[in-house]
Amino acid sequence: MLAFDFFGATEGGLFDINATLPLMAIQVVALTYILNSLFFKPVGNVVEKREKFVSNNIMDAKNKLSEVEKLEADLLSQLQNARSEAQKIVSEAENESDKLYKEALELANNEANASKEKARLEIENQTSSAREQLFKQADDLSELIVNRLILEK
Amino acid sequence: MFFNSLPTNFAALEVGQHLYWQIGNIRLHGQVFLTSWILLGALLVFISLGTKKMENDPKGLQNLLEFLWDYIRDLARTQIGEKVYRDWMPFIGTLFLFVFVSNWGGALIPWRLIKLPSGELGAPTADINTTIALALLVSLSYFYAGLSNKGWRYFEYYVHPTPIMLPFKILEDFTKPLSLSFRLFGNILADELVVGVLVFLVPLVLPIPVMFLGLFTSAIQALIFATLAAYYIGEAVEEHH
Repeated sequence: MLAFDFFGATEGGLFDINATLPLMAIQVVALTYILNSLFFKPVGNVVEKREKFVSNNIMDAKNKLSEVEKLEADLLSQLQNARSEAQKIVSEAENESDKLYKEALELANNEANASKEKARLEIENQTSSAREQLFKQADDLSELIVNRLILEK
Repeated sequence: MFFNSLPTNFAALEVGQHLYWQIGNIRLHGQVFLTSWILLGALLVFISLGTKKMENDPKGLQNLLEFLWDYIRDLARTQIGEKVYRDWMPFIGTLFLFVFVSNWGGALIPWRLIKLPSGELGAPTADINTTIALALLVSLSYFYAGLSNKGWRYFEYYVHPTPIMLPFKILEDFTKPLSLSFRLFGNILADELVVGVLVFLVPLVLPIPVMFLGLFTSAIQALIFATLAAYYIGEAVEEHH
């Protein structure tokens, strides 16, 4: 009883439990309902709506980013294709020009050879005809000489 | 005895004095209800001002309230778990707000300037009735949470992991509300008494650090009460495997 005397137990006191207890409990329960409708629900709605909005936006951005990456890869492969195509065309053209050059060279060579041959034949002809003429002239001269010698005798 | 030689209202403090209201046969501690009504009224005004015009881009009071909501959600979610924390968030939040507002209101507002015919105004949580009411509500809540979530399987908790635990777990159902109520009551009352005695003995400067300490303990006690309540509920709804 010592402690309870100190705290004034009989009338009042620190540990005086009475109808304040259940009434306070009812008050707290009522407060729970009031705060739920006044605070927790509305604020929760706003916060969760915003959280949804933010996460949706992040999703959207991620989707767009992946789309952009896909497009980028697409373009890159197209670029690569175009490049190899161009290379092919260039090498084809080089081959073509090479071929043309070779053909032209061959043609020119042939032509040159042909004209060379013709010239050679002509030279040969002329040489032989000149020789024949020379032989004939020599014959004529020898005949002339012979005739003159005969006549002098 | 030493205690008996002290006057009940030593240091100009009126310990254990109450303002009685008599309604029929029941007696109430009027000062507890007066302060709680003033503080809860202020809280409700504050909250209705902050939620009056809710916007997607929070400004001013709404920002503060959203921070508070987020804080309470985190508390409830970590203690109770993802599955049922939504059902109990308003209760946990109300406990936190009620205890916090009561503690800080009792410490910050100079109630002593208002003279009552008997007793004095102070933190509602410095009255044992309030704290026992809160603690019993927590007990009812965790029983209700366990039974409504798991049905009769809730009582498996008492023999989990072995039946040896049964007496201890039953004892726990009594020690939980007892420790909850007396921790809060003792801390807040002790803080009020210490500040009161210091103000009476050394009215200048010296009580100020103790008052700050009191504010700190008040906030911590609110957090502890709400966290423990959430923990008990979480323990009751937890599934054992």
